[in-house]
Amino acid sequence: MATAKRGQQQAMNQPQTTSEGGSYSRMRAPSKILPPGAEAPDFRLRVTPDQDLSLSELRGRPVIVAFYPADWSPVCGDQMAIYNEVRPEFQKYGAEVLGISVDGAWCHKAFAEHRNIRFPLLSDFEPKGEVAKSYGAYRYTEGVCERALFVIDKDGVVVWSYLSPIAVNPGADGILDALEGLQQKEGVSAA
Amino acid sequence: MAILKVPVGPDDHIQGNPKAPITLVEYGDYECPACGLAYPIVKAVQKHFGRNLRFIFRYFPLAQAHPNAESAAETAEWAASHRRFWEMHDALYENQTMLGLPLYLALANALQLPEVELSVALENRIFHPKVRADFMGGVRSGVNGTPTFFINGRRHDASYDFAHLVAAIDMELEQAGTAS
Repeated sequence: MATAKRGQQQAMNQPQTTSEGGSYSRMRAPSKILPPGAEAPDFRLRVTPDQDLSLSELRGRPVIVAFYPADWSPVCGDQMAIYNEVRPEFQKYGAEVLGISVDGAWCHKAFAEHRNIRFPLLSDFEPKGEVAKSYGAYRYTEGVCERALFVIDKDGVVVWSYLSPIAVNPGADGILDALEGLQQKEGVSAA
Repeated sequence: MAILKVPVGPDDHIQGNPKAPITLVEYGDYECPACGLAYPIVKAVQKHFGRNLRFIFRYFPLAQAHPNAESAAETAEWAASHRRFWEMHDALYENQTMLGLPLYLALANALQLPEVELSVALENRIFHPKVRADFMGGVRSGVNGTPTFFINGRRHDASYDFAHLVAAIDMELEQAGTAS
């Protein structure tokens, strides 16, 4: 796998046009995100300029929590755009997806309108990054969320989590695998 | 590193030597400006590697962001049903800023294909299942934006400019050469 390793190294060292966050430093210790089995900390955040949404309101169904560094990524088909397209597949598992960044609610509103994003984008804005910190998904050096994914089951327990290199959009395959695993597990426990 | 989960098969649109040591797969969106930029780069890469490379294009329309992306993909698939996929594919990218029914019909006409049949196919979304199947296969393979390339089944995470694509493919060829 020498080629793969060289390719990966190259991907980390070269300016990237296919991924986001190229200006963020990559030379730092990775965050320690909440692992599977951990209870997902509840949160209540602005979802529109005049409405809040809490994680516990979604209890009873799987929730995908996607922390991401910033709205207005310069590339087409960024992480949130992919989830927007795949959302009907998430819904087949009864799951809802929430995007969280430190951007303000008005920023999210403009971003969601511009990109036609149909799922909630939450503002971890005040106190800044508090929720991201409680999930171990905050980058103190840059003051933004990590690119970190959590799949939380209907009882509020993390069943899968993934920390992506900040410049690499993780896509949706890991989430779908986790939802599939969850469905199988629940099928077995219900039987 | 993300791996292509759906192997290249009979439902794919393949250009180049079927026995080439390099298989380059692109997941693309006809309305995506970045894919438009990648279009001539892919042509140059194909020319550069000649018989050493086969190219496969799969649909990955970001329909929420690009309202014409799915209809363009369905138009290409309709052309494929008349064995004219690559001509339509090229024409769609070369007229990317004018996507929409009038363009599709004009392109069908230029290829001497039945325009009325295309209209009916688009209206009834006849080719939508194939487009959606490509999309979901891409999602399961870790496609994370457009364009996304896979070189011999591995996602290419570096830039898709000519130099980076050529360098990555050269490395793959080198490895294939050492292995044989």
